[in-house]
Amino acid sequence: MSGFDVNQVRKDFPILHQEVRGRPLVYLDSAATAQKPQAVIDALVRFYQHDNANVHRGVHVLSERATEAYEGARETVRRFINARDAKEVVFVRGTTEAINLVAQTYGRKHIGAGDEVLITQMEHHANIVPWRMLCEQTGAVLKVIPVDDRGELVLDAVDALLTERTRILAVTHVSNALGTVVPVKELTRRAHAKGIPVLVDGAQAVTHFPVDVQDLGCDFYAFSGHKMFGPTGIGVLYGRKERLEAMPPYQGGGDMILSVTMEKVTYNRVPYRFEAGTPNLEGAVGLAAAIRYLEALGMENVAAHDRELLAYATQALEAVPGLRMVGTAREKSGVLSFMLADVHPHDVGTILDREGICIRTGHHCAQPVMQHFKVPATSRASLALYNTREDVDALVRGLHKVLEVFQ
Amino acid sequence: MSASDDLKDLYQEVVLEHSKRPRNYRVVEGATAEAAGHNPLCGDQLVVTLKVEGGVIKDVAFQGQGCAISKASASLMTGAVKDRTRAEAEDLFERVHKLVTEGPESVDVDALGKLAVLSGVSEFPARVKCASLAWHTLRAALEGRGEAVSTE
Repeated sequence: MSGFDVNQVRKDFPILHQEVRGRPLVYLDSAATAQKPQAVIDALVRFYQHDNANVHRGVHVLSERATEAYEGARETVRRFINARDAKEVVFVRGTTEAINLVAQTYGRKHIGAGDEVLITQMEHHANIVPWRMLCEQTGAVLKVIPVDDRGELVLDAVDALLTERTRILAVTHVSNALGTVVPVKELTRRAHAKGIPVLVDGAQAVTHFPVDVQDLGCDFYAFSGHKMFGPTGIGVLYGRKERLEAMPPYQGGGDMILSVTMEKVTYNRVPYRFEAGTPNLEGAVGLAAAIRYLEALGMENVAAHDRELLAYATQALEAVPGLRMVGTAREKSGVLSFMLADVHPHDVGTILDREGICIRTGHHCAQPVMQHFKVPATSRASLALYNTREDVDALVRGLHKVLEVFQ
Repeated sequence: MSASDDLKDLYQEVVLEHSKRPRNYRVVEGATAEAAGHNPLCGDQLVVTLKVEGGVIKDVAFQGQGCAISKASASLMTGAVKDRTRAEAEDLFERVHKLVTEGPESVDVDALGKLAVLSGVSEFPARVKCASLAWHTLRAALEGRGEAVSTE
């Protein structure tokens, strides 16, 4: 792989070079949040040391610089996901807010009693609860595409679930609990054939492989900065311009208006209509720095590293006695969810923690898919571009230690 | 203390044994009170049933799913509060809570009997909720609160 050397990459992430509990840190929880390269940390510091001011309103030099940085970040995001126009990029707090925004604006306008919202069994709570709330507010009905025992969507069930009452299909690109890569392009094609818009939750996808929203064809694409090596509290809602323009505002406040009298408010154009109040400036700046970092590595190289390491880790974990993988889809990315003999995931997590290994244990905010697999929780190791085979080997040694404690 | 010693303190023989073969893992027949407990972060759930006569806990049992710590704590609890008054059970909970949050120096460990094996939990702040779930649930049952209790 030209331009990608994981040992070089690791040097860019200062947090990885520490001992915890007397052992070298092994961070395998990037699906929860990813660590930040020095370039992102520096960008935040630089912004506050040199350019900080409020945006879109000042006439002074700092406000000009801050506005340039903020709008420059919008253009960087546009390039990263290959949107047609930077106006299709709305800055939000994260994936969760992006989905809530669509549910409460597009949804409240276009979805009524008896209409249907279609999601899948493997959604994160962030792509279930906003729709559930919308259904409670409007009398719409939540429908669910089922998952099979490998953790893949039952694609044969999709066409019958896309009915003349379906008003939106909201689907994850990569399952955070199972690692399944969902064929969102194909689903979008099928939904669009019936005139149904599609929202994709890309939180676990953008960090692992190139995403091209025009190629996918979806109407909305949501993701978070912090899972792709940027800061927390910043995320993106991509929306096709014609969709965004037809949507009412989300929150009210400054920046989202053109004029206000006590009698009448004229709303700003997109994307500003959806960005009430002073936005997360340093978040946008940091996200842009994270994107430039990924672009320098090359997303194709990142994807190749991810595939290679996932294959290695899958084989290594499956050789651990009593380990059962939860989610064995043919196409997976970044996530290994498993049960170890009859040891509860929390006990697995505690023992690994004492070995300096960070994994996630629990239901991963995806209880419906846990219910499908009839487990209350799993252990989840998740991989990122800075993980190595040595990290996986340490995990395997840790799992043997768990088995030793529980015999 | 090394990481490994901490683990041995947490997963003592008695804890592992109670988690594998929990005592009083059943529903009390003719129960006078019950409550459900839930740890939403973990998905751990259990139900405690009791029979209280003349202010004394005559029988107590639990059922549910959870990690080794929550199951062992529930199992040990059922043994410890049987034939105790409500006030005694409440007092025991307070001491167990101190033990798992502040450590063995904070309480008279000998007076806690078998429950002393939970002392290792204090080195693992993330696991305190696991150890206290059954106790919170017991308290809810004793107070006659029907709604499910939550560690959150």
